[in-house]
Amino acid sequence: MNIVIIDYGAGNTKSVQFACNRLGYNPILSNSEDVIKAADKVIFPGVGQASHAMEMLKKSGLDTLIPTLKQPVLGICLGMQLLCNATEEGDTLGLGVFDVKVKRFSNKVKVPQMGWNTIFDLESDLFEGLKNDAYMYLVHSYYAEVCEHTIAQTNYDLNYSSALKKENFYGVQFHPEKSSTEGAQILRNFLKL
Amino acid sequence: MADQYMLTKRIIPCLDIKNGRTVKGVNFVNLIDAGDPVVLAKQYAEKGADELVFLDISATLEGRKTTLEMVLRVAEQVNIPFTVGGGISSIEDVDLLLKSGADKVSINSSAIKRPELINELSDKFGSQCVVVAIDAKQINGKWMVHLAGGSIPTTLDLFEWAKEVETRGAGEILFTSMDHDGTKDGFANEALSRLSSELNIPIIASGGAGTVQHFVDTFQKGKSDAALAASVFHFGEIEIKDLKEELRTNNIEVRL
Repeated sequence: MNIVIIDYGAGNTKSVQFACNRLGYNPILSNSEDVIKAADKVIFPGVGQASHAMEMLKKSGLDTLIPTLKQPVLGICLGMQLLCNATEEGDTLGLGVFDVKVKRFSNKVKVPQMGWNTIFDLESDLFEGLKNDAYMYLVHSYYAEVCEHTIAQTNYDLNYSSALKKENFYGVQFHPEKSSTEGAQILRNFLKL
Repeated sequence: MADQYMLTKRIIPCLDIKNGRTVKGVNFVNLIDAGDPVVLAKQYAEKGADELVFLDISATLEGRKTTLEMVLRVAEQVNIPFTVGGGISSIEDVDLLLKSGADKVSINSSAIKRPELINELSDKFGSQCVVVAIDAKQINGKWMVHLAGGSIPTTLDLFEWAKEVETRGAGEILFTSMDHDGTKDGFANEALSRLSSELNIPIIASGGAGTVQHFVDTFQKGKSDAALAASVFHFGEIEIKDLKEELRTNNIEVRL
């Protein structure tokens, strides 16, 4: 299988690549339109600041390509947030795949949320073999609201979308590549879609 | 419901690394060898550690290169997040570590010498990967920050420095009480609790872990978000699974 991890200079690509390797897959890193288009599966990671990451995407011309992809796409963390309409972080316009806004956690809780929290109300084949309330590793200051695309929720400050799905697009706020065996199961499920 | 779905408290074994090998300083001196870092890291991940911290105490350039290779091997084999600290003083240092697969970096002396580094790192890489480590001890009733692994006192007050660190964009603070480190008498819960209430970023407690009760105390009294320890884990005095079960018995949310 031909798996491509989008490498646009704002992702923890190494960790995602290694996690796929541990499952017996050999993904390649690329920012080439042709390579990404030809992939069976596309993983869109992201860490750091949203407006900076969006700039990097635009530089490589991937902002127009990504929403048109037809194969299964998995956005991770900031990758998921960039697939949404817009984020309050740096007032950044997203790729508009998921019709939802990304907001900042209130100061009633510590920001960033950092550590392991549960995912519940699981509604997708992405979560096959996982129990409700499985623990995932999360690091983020902004969250996607619960919406029609929500396929998993997490509670921190409030209930928010820890995973989204629309057609061939999946997004997870947590880091499956860093979430022990349960996270690996989610990656495996995605790669088997 | 809020109680049911709470962010868990984290248990973090810390591995001191010198020239690619694990060592642990007791009160920052007398180094004892405790094994191969990659093997240890994998074991800890399997035993239920939530995160790992690697502190590079190599003094030479060659030693630091060895550490970079170790980071890559850890990233290849370990499926939980890890932080690397020690001797990091530039954007380039951080870039190399993150590219090798580290999730977060921890800076200490370099941030004291040039506080703008915190802003630069959080702007470039995001605050989620910037941990600022603070070593402090009480002098005449005041918590004073120390440099260079605790060997050089500064005029900085712990709480003022911690506030500044947060304002400059740190994502997390790793506070080591030098008064408690190596004593196995418990964490500095009074200072920790004050840090936790004055700041709005997570606080990792470090220094003083000796018993399971010490962890219960640092989460309940110290209001810590995570607790870091070394020797009690390295020498098998406390098993992480037992520790977490006991924490859960005390109504402390943990990942089990």
